[in-house]
Amino acid sequence: MKAIDRVLNARDKDRPKITDYIENVFTDFFEQKGDFLGKEDGSIYGGIALFHGKPVTVLGHRKGKTVEENVACNFGMPGPEGYRKAMRIMRQAEKFNRPIITFVDTPGAYPGLEAEMYGQSQAIAANLAEMSTLKVPVISIVTGEGSSGGALGIAVANRVYMLENAIYSVLSPEGFASILWHDSEKRDEAAEVMKLTAADLLEFGVIDGIISERGSTLSVVEGQEITDAHRRLYTRIDKQITAALKELEGFSKEEIAAERFDKFRNIDARFIETKSKARMGNV
Amino acid sequence: MNSVVDQRKDKFNRYKDLRQNPAELLEPAIKPVAEYGVWDRINDVTDKDSFKEFGFDFEETNPLEFEGYVQKKEELRKETDCHDAIVAGTCKIGGYEVALAVMNKKFMMASMGVELGEIVCQTAEYAGKKNIPFVIFTASGGARMQEGILSLMQMAKTSAVIQKFKDEGGLYITVLTHPTTGGVSASFATLGDITLAEPGALIGFAGPRVIEQTIGQKLPEGFQRAEFLEEHGFVDKIVHREDMKEALTQILMLHSK
Repeated sequence: MKAIDRVLNARDKDRPKITDYIENVFTDFFEQKGDFLGKEDGSIYGGIALFHGKPVTVLGHRKGKTVEENVACNFGMPGPEGYRKAMRIMRQAEKFNRPIITFVDTPGAYPGLEAEMYGQSQAIAANLAEMSTLKVPVISIVTGEGSSGGALGIAVANRVYMLENAIYSVLSPEGFASILWHDSEKRDEAAEVMKLTAADLLEFGVIDGIISERGSTLSVVEGQEITDAHRRLYTRIDKQITAALKELEGFSKEEIAAERFDKFRNIDARFIETKSKARMGNV
Repeated sequence: MNSVVDQRKDKFNRYKDLRQNPAELLEPAIKPVAEYGVWDRINDVTDKDSFKEFGFDFEETNPLEFEGYVQKKEELRKETDCHDAIVAGTCKIGGYEVALAVMNKKFMMASMGVELGEIVCQTAEYAGKKNIPFVIFTASGGARMQEGILSLMQMAKTSAVIQKFKDEGGLYITVLTHPTTGGVSASFATLGDITLAEPGALIGFAGPRVIEQTIGQKLPEGFQRAEFLEEHGFVDKIVHREDMKEALTQILMLHSK
């Protein structure tokens, strides 16, 4: 499959959404709204739920399946209030010692007038900084589009996984082609060059594993029975979360935060080589 | 002479001008920036002969094996005398020892790749170890597209390291200069304990053109400028380049032990 086919698949409006994952992988979901600073953002959906009987905080980008739903959740593009809402419920998870599971699926943070006015940059930066210090396990799964800082803003996790046909990139292939080649028509070529597939990211060491979509068309149509193929996908997600939580069992609170810090501090270590040791000590 | 009333009047007039003729007001602030280089900046804010550049010696990074990227960097190194888009070292400002980093937008619009992110981190770690403040002048077009997902990861890496430096008691001062946008504005640029900005500087996450295309309308004059951020509560103080050393010295004095 070509990279651009994965991009189109990742964006397919009929792919399962966060609501499907929460409904089928967790139980007893209690939704939490609001940033408690004056705003609510429908593009971030989250709350408390049980995972195999244990409380967790689960949240992620919300995309809709219909135009109406998508308008209500701004096509999964959060404003600063969305990132602040996410951070609010993650801080609460830390307080009550609940693991955090995030589902990433966004075309990017919303490039709007109000979003800039209320500090889009500051909100994302704060999430990146604060998530790196959380003292509970954080697991992120990129389920569709993981585009730019808007995706990373809820994905500073101990373990990051991608669905087989998800993408994760610095920006959209259209944007990439437009910036570097001044031609957004070259998106297919851009998708190839950018190395944004799950296999590419695993190779880079940026993600920890790939969740297979085999045997699943990954479309959930309203009112239709969940097919066996979907059930298999939800089971695979369940197993991946279970395995990740098990790996992080026995870590102290400080060790959990340190493990995540080290992961991101050294995420590009294989690309950093120095010809000679920096002469910092001598200045 | 500088009463609160005068200051308010001054601010009001500034905004009035900005609304009526933004180009006239913003030009003097922005135009010289094009010529004002990294070394001019370092000369202006540091005590005489006190700046000592870190001797970083990185190998070439090109994670996507992007065509033409290495050649482009080599050309720019000759032109700018910088290995990448940032210069870092230690210096004294008003007698106070600090770690200082200045981004160089003449080098690929000071976009953030692996090397730049690593220098920000190592400078913060050095400041932490030496127990000295870290001052950074930001300017950037955002992430270094040519490095793909690894450039995106610099946002998380630098933010985590800066947070650690701050949590351990370090003083982190950012000065946002024209322009500070994208992945840099959404990471270490907006995490300052103290955040200064230069007059007229464009500061924002998304570029104005992208926003106009998204919302389908022209943006108001002065949008995303330093004064706009000050008005909306994201900047401690707007400081003109000529007053920068004095302002930094005052802040360092107020935090000295």
